[in-house]
Amino acid sequence: MENLELQKIANEVRKGIIMSVHAAKAGHPGGSLSAAEVFTYLYFEEMNIEPKEPERADRDRFVLSKGHTAPGMYAALAHRGYFPVEDLLTLRQIGSPLQGHPCIQHTPGVDMSTGSLGQGVSAAVGMALSAKLSGDDYRVYTLLGDGEIQEGQVWEAAMFAGHRKLDNLVVIVDNNGLQIDGKVEEVCSPYPIGEKFKAFNFHAIDVEDGNDFDSLRKAFQEARETKGMPTAIILKTVKGRGVSYMENIAGWHGKAPNDEEYKIAMEELEKAGEALCQK
Amino acid sequence: MPEIKKIATREGYGEALLELGRKHENLVVLDADLAATTKTCVFQKEFPERHINCGIAEGNMIGIAAGLATTGKVPFVSSFAMFVAGRAFEQVRNSIGYPQLNVKIGASHAGISVGEDGASHQCNEDIALMRMIPGMTVINPADYVEAKAAVAAAFELEGPVYMRFGRLAIPVINDRADYKFELGKGVLLREGSDVTVLATGLCVAAALEAAERLAAEGVNAEVINIHTIKPLDEELVIQSAKKTGKVVTVEEHSIIGGLGSAVCECLSEKYPAPVCRVGINDVFGESGPALKLLEKYGLDEKGIYERVKNFVKG
Repeated sequence: MENLELQKIANEVRKGIIMSVHAAKAGHPGGSLSAAEVFTYLYFEEMNIEPKEPERADRDRFVLSKGHTAPGMYAALAHRGYFPVEDLLTLRQIGSPLQGHPCIQHTPGVDMSTGSLGQGVSAAVGMALSAKLSGDDYRVYTLLGDGEIQEGQVWEAAMFAGHRKLDNLVVIVDNNGLQIDGKVEEVCSPYPIGEKFKAFNFHAIDVEDGNDFDSLRKAFQEARETKGMPTAIILKTVKGRGVSYMENIAGWHGKAPNDEEYKIAMEELEKAGEALCQK
Repeated sequence: MPEIKKIATREGYGEALLELGRKHENLVVLDADLAATTKTCVFQKEFPERHINCGIAEGNMIGIAAGLATTGKVPFVSSFAMFVAGRAFEQVRNSIGYPQLNVKIGASHAGISVGEDGASHQCNEDIALMRMIPGMTVINPADYVEAKAAVAAAFELEGPVYMRFGRLAIPVINDRADYKFELGKGVLLREGSDVTVLATGLCVAAALEAAERLAAEGVNAEVINIHTIKPLDEELVIQSAKKTGKVVTVEEHSIIGGLGSAVCECLSEKYPAPVCRVGINDVFGESGPALKLLEKYGLDEKGIYERVKNFVKG
């Protein structure tokens, strides 16, 4: 798929994030928006998946270890055809297929229930190990937050994945630089992230602009070509990307826009979409 | 008197894994650097490629098991009760319980009979923790034979199961041809009319011995082995309580949250009857030889006998 097409989809994913979080009056827009491009790239370009058969045995797997950014994943799944886009407006409501954090039983396309930080990555490692044990060739992707990697379990999982040389595993870190209480380096610095993964026997790729599709394409290609060790892709991104007043503001980690803010955000995204259509 | 055979339930775990592993290729075993003591080494020897040593990282091990289960493998996760039920509680709750994944947890070295290692390793809280997780089946086998049968039953069940095993060699009481393990069903071992003794794990053999001494003194105790603590065999518990009017629970576990609590929850709502909970009385254990600890904490034959006698006398 051309970058322009991917950009258009990412813009729709952003709209889905804003619409669903606004409708829910709760949720996590900041880290969903920073990952809009990687969600789009994974579901529309990278992964071997079939939305009509969400449980196909040989599909590639994705585990959203930073489960609170479910609105971004849900928007990508909806636009990829796993369920109707209208469902996004039911986010976090009683009876909705879209729980506040991803749930395997509720939502087609969700490969693991997550939400408690640090746990999803272990499950992804288990899936990658399973493929190695039975000689299957599917690949496993997991997305972590840069705050999330403060959890010790992430490094237990990394040590195991490196030890087992799980080259069918890609650990992606959305390095938007912010967590609930502020800048990651001020709360408890995870830096240098790439060097840490290298020390755990990963191939690490630092991506300067994680919201750029050319860069994503290059990084995921490199991951595919990396044999004998798992790959970590560290994406430098902008939290709240695409909505001017949310960008780089920690306060938008877990807060829904009010009606007025919603209007502004949607206008900005509409405008961005129109600009892409004129390219 | 013939010598009573004594084997630890963890031995049954290891042997059952090997037998099941020979029949089912999708069975995998995970351990956290304790294969020699959890007895998964028995499986490891024959199936090294299906034995995953996760190192000393129990939280990650639970997550790996969850991931394996999503792809159709049936993982048996093994460590000490303290570390799989205690340390990794939240991983069990969120990565296995909430997604209802088909993961089996084999927890060895439960209770004070761990012995010399002391309180840090004597887990008297695991049944309570695991029982609280929706959809979790909790089994505490009474002997080696029952342990093996429980592992096989856990494999057949689709969904998460917690199995509790011990370090200490304990009497084999179920070594008979007609022995049958039914998940969720209590086993009436001795009929009686004066008091019901509901025992679990290594306390079952001791409760049977205590019942003999009580009988000699004219107290007829009904002894029931509750190997499945969740789901509890409420029908049998109520039926026996109706018959005797008095219930004693005996477990090598805190009196808070374990069998005693489960029985009280059931009876207080459905057939109120006086209950005496014998177990670890809201204290930590200590170092010492296992049998001496069981004696000190009132979980040997003598301790059970005295508590039941006093309870019946009122």
